[in-house]
Amino acid sequence: MKKITVCYFAMFRERAGVASETLELDADTAMDVFVQTRSRHGSDEPAGHCKVAVNDVMADWDSGVDDGDTVLLFPPVAGG
Amino acid sequence: MFAIAKDDIAVDELREKLKDPAAGGYCVFEGWVRNENEGHEVERLEYEVYEPLAISEGEKVLNEALQKYPYRKVYCVHRSGALEIGDCAVWVAVAAAHRDEAFKACRYIIDQIKIRLPIWKKEHYTDGNSGWVNCERCANVLHLPSEQNGKDG
Repeated sequence: MKKITVCYFAMFRERAGVASETLELDADTAMDVFVQTRSRHGSDEPAGHCKVAVNDVMADWDSGVDDGDTVLLFPPVAGG
Repeated sequence: MFAIAKDDIAVDELREKLKDPAAGGYCVFEGWVRNENEGHEVERLEYEVYEPLAISEGEKVLNEALQKYPYRKVYCVHRSGALEIGDCAVWVAVAAAHRDEAFKACRYIIDQIKIRLPIWKKEHYTDGNSGWVNCERCANVLHLPSEQNGKDG
């Protein structure tokens, strides 16, 4: 198990009820974190619509995550 | 330069920053808050921006545009916070030697900003409802294969 701090934004934050939380997860990749926190951020958005960053760097869904990492889960963006 | 503005974008002041004696073409795009979206009458909206990554990703987009369509000067500002109908939500300006680079760089920048930057729009409708807006191009992306394979804990 790894201690991962997960940050939620926009609709994910509203659904989770918190902006961030530190969880014990059995996660190897950013995708694992997304899947394992679905009940927190809401399950109706496929990952392909969303984006992820690890330790404040934009990442891919197959990017690795380590103990102590911060994973930022971004719902579908809508700038402009 | 890419920036996030918490208040009105100072368009007239910003325009002065683009002036360059070697520039023969100046192209600007302003995105405004519209009073309607997908059949809903919009009253106002809010932008949520994750600034550290919006700025770094925004700068990346400007550099990509420079490689593709060499320009002299560029400036892009995106709003955060509460906006009313008619407000300027995003401002992209490019000065280049010729109009072709200016038009193309401006188009590239606004298109990439809409789909890549961690910025979210919440619309408030006249009927009292509100909702987060999904980027129409992101919605075309299918489920990723790894999503089914991801460890579900």
